[in-house]
Amino acid sequence: MENALIVDGLRKRYGHTTAVDGVSFEVAPGEIFGILGENGSGKTTTVECVQALRRADSGSVRVFGVDPQADRARLRSIVGSQLQESELPDRLRVWEALDLFSAISPASADWRELLADWGLADKRDTAFASLSGGQRQRLLVALALVNRPRLVFLDEMTTGLDPSARRVAWDLIDEIRARGTTVVLVTHFMDEAERLCDRLAVFQRGRIIAEGTPPGLVDAHAGEAAVFFTTDLADLSWLADAQGVERIERTGSHVSVRGTGPLLAYTAAALVAHGIAPTDLRSERRSLEDAFLALTTAEAEVAT
Amino acid sequence: MALRKLTWVELKLFTRDPLSLVFTLALPFFFLVVLNGVFGNEPEIDPVEDVWRGVGPADYYVPAYLGLVMAAVGVLSMPVRLATYRESGVLRRFRASAMPLWAVLGSQIVIALLTSVVGAVSITIASALIYDTGFPTDVALLVPAFFLAALSFAALGVVLGSVLPTARSAQGAGIMLFFVMFLLSGSGPPRDVLSDGMRTVGNALPLTHVVTLLQDPWLGFGWATSASLVVAGILVGSVALSIRFFRWE
Ligand SMILES: Nc1ncnc2c1ncn2[C@@H]1O[C@H](COP(=O)(O)OP(=O)(O)O)[C@@H](O)[C@H]1O
Ligand SMILES: [Mg+2]
Repeated sequence: MENALIVDGLRKRYGHTTAVDGVSFEVAPGEIFGILGENGSGKTTTVECVQALRRADSGSVRVFGVDPQADRARLRSIVGSQLQESELPDRLRVWEALDLFSAISPASADWRELLADWGLADKRDTAFASLSGGQRQRLLVALALVNRPRLVFLDEMTTGLDPSARRVAWDLIDEIRARGTTVVLVTHFMDEAERLCDRLAVFQRGRIIAEGTPPGLVDAHAGEAAVFFTTDLADLSWLADAQGVERIERTGSHVSVRGTGPLLAYTAAALVAHGIAPTDLRSERRSLEDAFLALTTAEAEVAT
Repeated sequence: MALRKLTWVELKLFTRDPLSLVFTLALPFFFLVVLNGVFGNEPEIDPVEDVWRGVGPADYYVPAYLGLVMAAVGVLSMPVRLATYRESGVLRRFRASAMPLWAVLGSQIVIALLTSVVGAVSITIASALIYDTGFPTDVALLVPAFFLAALSFAALGVVLGSVLPTARSAQGAGIMLFFVMFLLSGSGPPRDVLSDGMRTVGNALPLTHVVTLLQDPWLGFGWATSASLVVAGILVGSVALSIRFFRWE
């Protein structure tokens, strides 16, 4: 199937700062693709170049086959955009915003439906300035969807939201995808990327330093896996032969197993095969954050 | 469609914004009450002493205030609104949603013209009722003069809104320009009582020429050719500068 987005060799400099330094990635239709990176790593510049809101110095972009710089009108009709740091006039009311933006796009969705879907029905007549952070984000996302886009860009949509509003926003992103819209999600929150993204690219200083599924990245970069249990059995030498196991450490009855891959499953299988089933068998949960820290510090060392 | 919808929305926003209402409509009216209170409407009989172009002060001021409303729109209300839109990302939002530039600027210009018309009508009627001032002598010349002047200030508003980066800078520059123009363009003290230096500065200000452009047909002195050329020049120059300097962000 045709890719939703192809970015090839994108570069953008501001004076002496190279904000995006040769970025390439592809997004398949229907997926939630994450762009993860610290502040200033070039995420916003990348997605705004992709949307022809800024002009890249070089590189090529195709959005469902459309060249954004060459055919902006068509681009605007197939993408939706929730921009970072973009507001609406203070005194503009929720319904007026939806009504206005749906009037611009020819194939627009019924904004009354969007109003209900995004839980804004009772805020219909509220001015933008009087909305809470979460309500504003929901309105901006609803506006990004008003032209029935095939691909929607969400740039730091949960920044500044309280934890419960973030949860709500995450459910809404799931919902967007469930309706068949491809999502490019820009974020600097690890938990958000891990929870939502099918695949993601890790940005650092304008480059992609790793790309993959969240579990894949964790597995490849988060360091050793660790599995813990207790046993009174004296001889555990056979466990060292189990798949993925690299080291076994032991203090009294407390055993810790280090290794790679799905270590918990392999360890459990070996234990059960030898007739022990520890009730406290557990693994240390490695997160995307571990992978991210390992990746970014390794790259930073290479760079210095 | 986009232009009509956006203009309607902008109009609603304008009426919800007390500051722009105060500056564009209430302030000129306040000046009118104060200055008419001070000077009355008796024409000066001695032509040597006369500074009111041969008419009563209040009659002199009515057309000048029509210009003052346009100036408030052009240097204050429009630039502040555009700069605020740019600073808070409203323009980026519009651009990302394929809102055409001509609709964004067109709606602002329509609002500017409407404000000028509403200001003009209410000042004319209020002044006639309270101070017994007259109505325009030469309506056929006044109407084109009026729209030339209003359009010119609206275009100037787009330029200032394009060049001034933040709402604060637009507010600062706008308030200063507005009061300097009010004082030196014949809409405050009549031009004849100003010093030569002040008059020279006044000649460089758009409102001076707009006041003449409006006063002449209003008072029956015909079409102010040189003033109309200056004002048309400002219009053309502003359009060129906005095309050159307009920034979405
Ligand atoms: N308009 C701009 N002018 C100059 N420098 C910019 C501009 N936008 C971004 N930058 C710089 O480019 C780099 C990448 O910024 P950005 O793309 O906003 O990163 P992110 O979205 O990942 O935080 C930063 O160093 C930032 O300071
Ligand atoms: Mg950013």
